[in-house]
Amino acid sequence: MAAHGHGALMEESPYAIPSRKLTMWLFIISDAVTFGAFLFSYGYIRVSAANWTRPFESASVINVIVMTVVLITSSLTMLGAVDASKAGDKAKAMRFLYSTMALGAIFAALHLREWFQLFGRGITLSSGLFGQTFFTITGLHLLHVISGVIALFVVATRYSSGKLTPGYVENTGLYWHFVDLVWMFVVPLVYLTNIAH
Amino acid sequence: MSAASVSGNVIRRYLPVYFVLLAIFFVEVFLSFRVSSTGTLVVILLLLAVGSATLGLLYFMHLAEERRNLLLTLIPVTIFVLLMMNMFWSDSVRLLHMRPGAQ
Repeated sequence: MAAHGHGALMEESPYAIPSRKLTMWLFIISDAVTFGAFLFSYGYIRVSAANWTRPFESASVINVIVMTVVLITSSLTMLGAVDASKAGDKAKAMRFLYSTMALGAIFAALHLREWFQLFGRGITLSSGLFGQTFFTITGLHLLHVISGVIALFVVATRYSSGKLTPGYVENTGLYWHFVDLVWMFVVPLVYLTNIAH
Repeated sequence: MSAASVSGNVIRRYLPVYFVLLAIFFVEVFLSFRVSSTGTLVVILLLLAVGSATLGLLYFMHLAEERRNLLLTLIPVTIFVLLMMNMFWSDSVRLLHMRPGAQ
């Protein structure tokens, strides 16, 4: 019995994934519920408010289109990074990881440009219900994007030096795709329902 | 087949999902200019967003390739919690109006 180690005594994992990956999934689920709470509260405030600010004109819509295309494309490059790292092609994985980071940084820059345009028009965190909900939700998402870029940088650096396995790249990829998924709810609810007609 | 050539196929493999996600997004933008009723627009956009998220979960996050147990453990519970949250929000509004002196 001793020759088989502890593994022989334990049941097979019901999910057949490493515990680190399961932990990332559980984190993603809890984070999804956090975003869900913000979006539900936004929805209730949005529907119950009599006069709601609709600040987004065509320039903002074009900006959000570019942001969305950039973020979805970054998910595609992340898939490339995960796949290349699993296949042992470190150089290719690094190229894809740097592309994902660059796209994430472009997304954050476009996001901040949108914010500063709103600040210029007097819409801030303290300027009413729209400002409070908009900057809270998009701010939380932007925080996730910036954290993701930092995490990607740390993982890429340590993966290239051989300190981390491809499993870490895959876990960071899961987080990155989740950030993309959240944006798919933020855009329609926070941007597209507030277009000035 | 070398490891490098295997890794080169993944972009091509997921390109259809990528284009479907972009198409759904452009439909959302188009509808946001066409539908004037906010309630109707929110419902349509939410349904499309759920469709996009499902594609992202299944293909980009590879949930379709994992063991079914993982999907059955994570997704129904999340949906349940989100729906319950929806119930609690509306209930909090009801309690507010039931409270004496509430405006």
